[in-house]
Amino acid sequence: QAIVWDEYLTGPFGLIAQYSLLKEHEVEKMFTLKPGRLPPADVKNIIFFVRPKLELMDIIADNVLREDRGRSPQRDFHILFVPRRSLLCEQWLKEQGVLGSFIHREQYSLDLIPFDGDLLSMESESAFKECYLESDQTSLYHAAKGLMTLQALYGTIPQIFGKGDCARHVANMMIRMKREFPGSQNSIFPVFDTLLLLDRNVDLLTPLATQLTYEGLIDEIYGIQNTYVKLPPEKFAPKKQGEGGKDLPTEPKKLQLNSAEELYAEIRDKNFNAVGSVLSKKAKIISAAFEERHHAKTVGEIKQFVSQLPHMQAARSSLANHTSIAELIKDITTSEDFFDNLTVEQEFMSGIDTDKVNNYIEDCIAQKHPLIKILRLVCLQSVCNSGLKQKVLDHYKREILQTYGYEHILTLNNLEKAGLLKPQTGGRNNYPTIRKTLRLWMDDVNEQNPNDISYVYSGYAPLSVRLAQLLARPGWRSIEEVLKMLPGPHFEERQQLPTGLQKKRQHGENRVTLVFFLGGVTYAEIAALRFLSQMEDGGTEYIIATTKLINGTTWIKSLMEKLEPAPF
Amino acid sequence: MSRVRADEEEYWHSSKFRAFTFDDEDDELSQLKESKRAVNSLRDIVDDDDDDLERVSWSGEPVGSISWSIKETASGSTSSLDGRDSSLQKGSSSYAALPKQASSYSLSSLFKGRNKLSSFQSLSDALTDTGVKNYAPELRRPKAEYKDYSSDWSPKDTVRRMQRGKVCSLERFRSLQDKLVLLDEAVAGHDGNVITAVLIFLKRTLRREILFRELEVRQVALCHLIHFLRETGEQKFLLDLLRFLDRTEEVALSQYREHLNIQDVEKRREFLKGCIGLPFSAEDTSHIQDHYTLLERQIIIEANDRHLEMAGQSELFRKYPRKASILNMPLVTTLFYSCFYHYTEAEGMFSSPTNLKKTFKIPDKQFVLTALAARAKLRAWGDVDALLTTKNWLGYTKKKAPIGFHRVVEILQRNNAPVQVLQEYVRLVEDVETRLNLATKYKCHDVVIETYRDLKDRIQLTAYKCKVERGSAEEEKINSILSN
Repeated sequence: QAIVWDEYLTGPFGLIAQYSLLKEHEVEKMFTLKPGRLPPADVKNIIFFVRPKLELMDIIADNVLREDRGRSPQRDFHILFVPRRSLLCEQWLKEQGVLGSFIHREQYSLDLIPFDGDLLSMESESAFKECYLESDQTSLYHAAKGLMTLQALYGTIPQIFGKGDCARHVANMMIRMKREFPGSQNSIFPVFDTLLLLDRNVDLLTPLATQLTYEGLIDEIYGIQNTYVKLPPEKFAPKKQGEGGKDLPTEPKKLQLNSAEELYAEIRDKNFNAVGSVLSKKAKIISAAFEERHHAKTVGEIKQFVSQLPHMQAARSSLANHTSIAELIKDITTSEDFFDNLTVEQEFMSGIDTDKVNNYIEDCIAQKHPLIKILRLVCLQSVCNSGLKQKVLDHYKREILQTYGYEHILTLNNLEKAGLLKPQTGGRNNYPTIRKTLRLWMDDVNEQNPNDISYVYSGYAPLSVRLAQLLARPGWRSIEEVLKMLPGPHFEERQQLPTGLQKKRQHGENRVTLVFFLGGVTYAEIAALRFLSQMEDGGTEYIIATTKLINGTTWIKSLMEKLEPAPF
Repeated sequence: MSRVRADEEEYWHSSKFRAFTFDDEDDELSQLKESKRAVNSLRDIVDDDDDDLERVSWSGEPVGSISWSIKETASGSTSSLDGRDSSLQKGSSSYAALPKQASSYSLSSLFKGRNKLSSFQSLSDALTDTGVKNYAPELRRPKAEYKDYSSDWSPKDTVRRMQRGKVCSLERFRSLQDKLVLLDEAVAGHDGNVITAVLIFLKRTLRREILFRELEVRQVALCHLIHFLRETGEQKFLLDLLRFLDRTEEVALSQYREHLNIQDVEKRREFLKGCIGLPFSAEDTSHIQDHYTLLERQIIIEANDRHLEMAGQSELFRKYPRKASILNMPLVTTLFYSCFYHYTEAEGMFSSPTNLKKTFKIPDKQFVLTALAARAKLRAWGDVDALLTTKNWLGYTKKKAPIGFHRVVEILQRNNAPVQVLQEYVRLVEDVETRLNLATKYKCHDVVIETYRDLKDRIQLTAYKCKVERGSAEEEKINSILSN
């Protein structure tokens, strides 16, 4: 059999299955889905692995229609929807007259994909847009289902907290599902003490700001996809000396990033300014380790040295890679524009001049900086001011439309609907109160040895994570007033456990909280939660789940109206 | 927290913003370099065959492993089923030696043990009891499953079965009452797939007015139908629905969106004309009107200029051939174009910059900025000068730049303006510090010297002497100032 892949799915699938495994199951060939005739392959079965998207159905229909009917043996078609079979798509295939060609139409419910030891994602890119723009809650249904699966594996989670409309929905669905599948009551000792469901729209601010952790910056600048990042090759010089300089590699360098790499696990969540010193320390340690070969005298010592070589080499190549990445990032973070942009962001977040037209934004528009950058800044200003004054909003809108094209009126409209860009209503700005109560802006941030989560944005403490932190201690009752200012209800539910499974906490044992971000989470927020997990007197460890790993750019992009490519 | 330019330096050094200032004494960069050197020097002792990183992709060719990793190849370990966890353990340090990760309850344990798809699969099977199949489907379905089509399921059961991915016949639900119960059940299940399926059924079997009326009181279902119609491009049905609901602004935007699908400019223009009367918000109406007017102008300009360019008689077009047509370009781009090719035209011409400025009420700042960039690109320094010169009613002339002279200098510099031209505008930069910076950066010696003279800063002036050429007029100037 052969598999035809929707390219988007290969990333997530790569995280759970390898080709060798598929081969064991007699997969002979794999292709990417594209229009035209399918490549020849001497196989009986062709299986399409696709997301339920109409545009993909068109391609599949094209593939099937062009299949040579006369060939022998005839090939059989099957279709596998990930994560859900879609009746809409099948309807579409029917209209194209190809539905009958498929012998099997099935679904592979891939709800939560593991990204790291403490991180799960549904990788549903449009979840935020669907929930807040189109009021389509299908992704919430999948989230609830994923949570049920998780409970089947790790035991019923006794406490559920949530904030926001979507959170409320997911909790309702979970309770309903539990009622409908009484068999799902299992006898597994619960791993999680608490589930915290958070709507992205409770905290629209955080993703808009530039992340300043090492991993966050890699994502901001190069984009991490399914734990892989593609980097410009120049800094990854040819390995052997003497060969260098002739042909520099032109292919982007692709690296996988996760905590299995010792060095990366250590630096990924640090503020970028604390990364350089770690790297140089590591370099010294490794140099010293290699020096030891001179002291190895006896055969036994030499043998021991050699046995350590593979590990040392791995560490060396890991260090080389991250030194190169750090250099690439430093080139950008030291640029004037990065600095100016950051200054404006930090002014907004600390509440300075959020109510008037900002000079830097105007300048950026005049110089036609990328539209997404402009939108990120304008939205940030709007969120930090609980909406812009009508005059300011109109001014920005006009400038954007005149400079980037009137058709972007559709995108601006989407942003308005999502609450990212809006006129201030009632003339009240709640943000200062929220900022002060939740201590979102910290003046004395320590980037090297942080004592507060605000280090991930060099001053700004992500609101979402602050909510998680305050929930653990002293509890949300202390911030009722602010919770009311944020959109959507906040709630608490309890799921009864059989007496035998109730936890008797040992003294000093940590509680485990699963935080589920509905609508996406950034790497900086993840870093902040990991920081809280590691705090010595924290008392809570966090596991993170989300619909999608995002940053400001990918997030805004998902909300932009898809415009036809320019006609030339 | 004052952020005035002058205070900036002190500010950044004294506060948390130090984040991204890199002083010289902060030798992080040199630390980085040092680590790089150390790493590089190690290469020759330990290098082995690790430069052939295995490239893998899912894009067609059979490849060894999907989650390759640098460590895998570097440590020489063969790829194991779970490449993510295997690598570093080969050496001396083990997984346990990793710095404490966020949780000791590592989820990876789950996926390590059970990353064979089939067993992972069975977990969700356990929950949903059926519907999900292995990625390698069995060949035939048992005949018995087809009985789904005829069974007499209640609305609730039907919805539940559909949620599990089974095909159910909906035709049995004949009365309006039954259909609405079915819809409500689907909505209660929150599964968009099922809701949409039921909606497709209702859309096919109910009269429009009835469907619309019933959806009006079922907001969730309504949203799904709107989304469905948008996806499938059933524009007319969608507009009817929105009109019925009195969502006029949405109707307008939805209709306006259609213009993106029209490739032919004439047709697009006609279409946009039709959009002007649509019930947009007041602010948006003026933008739509402008969009139409702009395209109308562009069509006229394009026809004219293409003709001019083809005829080959205009020197400007010969020397600077157009890179692309001006059709469908944003307003500011159009203004730039017109400042470039049609700068001197009378205001009556559609393609003249002043006409565009008036028609679209382009702010002064925007206009000057764009015109400046266009004229500087053509190195028409005279035009630049005229653009920045204003005359008051007494006839005195004065230089004025609504964008600030530092920006003027930036733009001119980017277009390689000669020092004499640059100097004139550097001199006009108001802020002394900025002026000195720009003047030094772009070697406008006269401005530097004059500024130090006005500041009576002998030390700096003396120091600057080594920056100018020996025996030059500038050196003489410094000397004469110093001796006074």
